[in-house]
Amino acid sequence: MLDIHITLARGGFTLTAKLHSTALVTGLFGPSGVGKSSLLQGIAGLLKPRHGHIAIAGDTLYCSAQGINLPPHRRRIGFVFQDALLFPHLTVRNNLLYGYRQLSATERRLSLDAVVAILEIGALLDKSPQHLSGGEKQRVGLGRALLSSPRLLLLDEPLASLDERLKQQILPFLLRIRDELQMPMLYVSHALPEIRYLTEHVVGIQPGFVDSTIPFSSYADPSATPPNN
Amino acid sequence: MFDLSEQEIAALLLSLKIATWSSVLSCPPAIAIGWVLARFQFAGKALLDGLIHLPLVLPPIVPGYLLLLLLGNNGLLGRWLNQHFGISVAFSWRGAVLASMVMAFPLMVRAVRLSVAAIDPRLENAARTLGANPLLVFFSITLPLAAPGILAGVVLGFSRSLGEFGATITFVGNIEGETRTLPLAIYTATQMPGGDDQAARLVVLSMLLALAALAGSELLSRKLHPKTAN
Repeated sequence: MLDIHITLARGGFTLTAKLHSTALVTGLFGPSGVGKSSLLQGIAGLLKPRHGHIAIAGDTLYCSAQGINLPPHRRRIGFVFQDALLFPHLTVRNNLLYGYRQLSATERRLSLDAVVAILEIGALLDKSPQHLSGGEKQRVGLGRALLSSPRLLLLDEPLASLDERLKQQILPFLLRIRDELQMPMLYVSHALPEIRYLTEHVVGIQPGFVDSTIPFSSYADPSATPPNN
Repeated sequence: MFDLSEQEIAALLLSLKIATWSSVLSCPPAIAIGWVLARFQFAGKALLDGLIHLPLVLPPIVPGYLLLLLLGNNGLLGRWLNQHFGISVAFSWRGAVLASMVMAFPLMVRAVRLSVAAIDPRLENAARTLGANPLLVFFSITLPLAAPGILAGVVLGFSRSLGEFGATITFVGNIEGETRTLPLAIYTATQMPGGDDQAARLVVLSMLLALAALAGSELLSRKLHPKTAN
């Protein structure tokens, strides 16, 4: 599923990430400020790695040796941000359909109705994002990314700005996305229980490096990581 | 008092025509340059920024004189344009549009730059991950979000064009019916014995025009962003 080996540099900070996973959902666990967001931006194409390669489900998105570097809009990587980042000038419906409208009919794997049903956001469609609660925003952000039919969904601390009660409300939706849609996900969080709820496949991130071949220390699970390359 | 003479009406209409053309023609380049200045770092950025802003701090006669040297009928570019295309902007209302554009341009660029800089670039990144190419990101995210600020800049530029005097009179002169805009008509009236009444009428007219432009922009911005315009 994931075959990533890149070195990223940002503002004097370097991160080398070796991430190999065959799991549907991979969790990336680590404290804030160790480069988790930079890694996700590198995968999405928003931050150019210094060198390395990124392949998702067999498709190469970036490879410094072969001179491949797909721009973000050609990568089909869905991104769910911590603060949702809904477009404030568009209604919920038009937010949801933003990525969907970029796809040809054959590329669309999900319909608006299906996503609205899974996330239970039917009542919000004609609202403006300013009038949504934090949990509602996050569900719309999820739906927007899903409707762009991504090959991989990156979730960057999607629950970090929500209180405990709302987290418990959103987590089941993530399970449904995993089980009903079989959507591959890379889930980044500093909260281990969140990650464990969705997957057994946890990779730890240290300042400066990520290596999925090193078993995640406190929750080591040999089956979580494939043999070294 | 508002029984306007034919010449006064001509000056009013000419002012509106010149300011409208100036705003319309300035808008696309002002948006492009304001966006570039807000979003990119490049060599020579400070120089470009400085050149654009020069008309704001120079005495208006200087840009006017430079335009005359460049585009006058004997100017470097003006002679060439005249010989090859038969185009002459000196001493015509088109030249007045050009002078207005040069003077109003920095105000428009500033407004665009500030409003683009205020947009969270992560919104644009989100659009890119959703499959939008850079052109679509600009037209579907950046431009609509910057629209109220751009509109404010256009109104400011329009008002500046209505008031343009120094560069205009230097570059295209004070020709009745061709380049005598409201400010030039006021100036002419003040130079005539017994012209005070006429000058007063034109002054009040100018003020009403400026107020109307401001009110219009306020209305438009409320329409564009009904939730944020408080």
